[in-house]
Amino acid sequence: MRYLPHSDADRAAMLAHIGVASVDDLFASIPAAKRLKKLVDLPLARSEIEVERELARLAAENTSAGSVPSFVGAGAYRHHVPATVDHLIQRSEFLTSYTPYQPEIAQGTLQVLFEFQTQVAALTGMDVANASMYDGSTGTGEAVLMAHRITRRRKAVLSGGLHRHYADVVRTLSGMAGDEVVTLPADMTAGENLIKALDPTVSCIVVQTPDVFGNLRDLSKLAEACKANGSLLIAVFTEAVSLGLVESPGAMGADIVVGEGQSIGNGLNFGGPYVGLFATRQQYIRQMPGRLCGETVDASGQRGFVLTLSTREQHIRREKATSNICTNSGLCALAFTIHMTLLGEAGLTRLAELNHAHAVDLAERLEGVPGVEVLTRAFFNEFTVRLPGRADRIVEKLARRGILAGVPVSRLLPRAGLDDCLIVAATEVTTEADRAGFATKLKEVL
Amino acid sequence: MSIVRYSKDHEYIRVDGDIATVGITNYAQEQLGDVVFVDLPAIGKTVAAGAETAVVESVKAASEIYAPVAGTIVEVNSALAATPDMVNADPMGKGWFLKLKIANKAEVDKLMSEAEYTDYLASIS
Repeated sequence: MRYLPHSDADRAAMLAHIGVASVDDLFASIPAAKRLKKLVDLPLARSEIEVERELARLAAENTSAGSVPSFVGAGAYRHHVPATVDHLIQRSEFLTSYTPYQPEIAQGTLQVLFEFQTQVAALTGMDVANASMYDGSTGTGEAVLMAHRITRRRKAVLSGGLHRHYADVVRTLSGMAGDEVVTLPADMTAGENLIKALDPTVSCIVVQTPDVFGNLRDLSKLAEACKANGSLLIAVFTEAVSLGLVESPGAMGADIVVGEGQSIGNGLNFGGPYVGLFATRQQYIRQMPGRLCGETVDASGQRGFVLTLSTREQHIRREKATSNICTNSGLCALAFTIHMTLLGEAGLTRLAELNHAHAVDLAERLEGVPGVEVLTRAFFNEFTVRLPGRADRIVEKLARRGILAGVPVSRLLPRAGLDDCLIVAATEVTTEADRAGFATKLKEVL
Repeated sequence: MSIVRYSKDHEYIRVDGDIATVGITNYAQEQLGDVVFVDLPAIGKTVAAGAETAVVESVKAASEIYAPVAGTIVEVNSALAATPDMVNADPMGKGWFLKLKIANKAEVDKLMSEAEYTDYLASIS
């Protein structure tokens, strides 16, 4: 028997309180044609073997990124994750211990998170990093709220190169607080003038590099202008591997650096769970959201690890906490740390070089296809091309030929009039044959 | 000659003319333990009596500081950023938080004198 805590009377009282006649009315904003009118017709019972076969048959209808050459990026990247990572994260000391933050029993977890923070701070070129956020987009939303707390201003300016999903999350979170968000028009070639967007009410400028179209951006002049205006510069990245090669956002003068850490140690996972990286300058540490692990000494003078600055958090400050987040992406952060440790500094640089070399080779091959133009001048492992036709249709045709060609710009920006543009990424897992095959088959379908 | 008055939130104000210096009492700093951070307001901000104006954070808690009287913030003790332990060492002196330009001096009389505050402490202990 199912336990249903709400009686009909409870439901009627709740609906009356919010002024809605029926539960169905709560879904009125969904177009009638899209609503399910009757129950899904499911067979009453099947054996486990039958269910497994049926689900395997359905799953085989997908073309997965691991089974064919994939050039899909735009925020989530297919990289090689060494088997060692999967083995180590599944050790019971890590896997079975969910949020064990009491230092008496959790030195291992706390030490891993401390090392994670150290790695993120080093990669981003910042003083301090937290123990991770849910993902890059929610981290960006939190960075904007943090900038408002520091500057005591309430207006954020979002670059036209910021991933549209990230901009959407910023708008949702800022909207709840009644804060102003200015989103600049799509900026495919990094030509926008963000300095012109500064005025005395601007709390922060949010700019992504490499941006969603692949452009590498020099933030130093913008950082100086932000500083002079009393505004903060929030630098965002979606491809963490780029930090192995390009100048760190911290070195370019960013005040908060936030990004997606999926690329290192984590698979595509259908879009999540991922791991948000979040770093800032020492002077802003008390306004930083999230957990923070610190190194200390115990009563007998031995090195140990604890949660630090917890007085900013919800369990102590309640509704006045710096942020709603009072956890982190523990398992994904662990995978990130293990992979980073395996790579080391030299390994990460080599990995980044490989990604860049593959992308340059791909750009040259695609440019050789008649009618195709590479629009991105300075890029890391991702760039945008203009095709002689609608990108979404060309992507469909290539998918039927066993190539996942990339993300049509229209998927992210349906009304920007950029239907012929395609964002393509090449990582270390795209072989020379993959890249050559892409160019050949693209020529065929055009 | 300045006068000192106390609130039930264990804050004091030292009144010199129309300027009130606000801080926490010795009892408050003892209860909080080692102070590690004080979040101070922006200069020029106008606050109502009883409004939250600052946050004092110790190793075990974070507590709000309320304005004992209404007024405008004219100065904050920026030395506390580097030496928050001054709140423990010298709460009534170098450990002050902020200075207010008092909006209505009649509000000062609603607060407790030192003798009244001593009685109040005895009544709650």
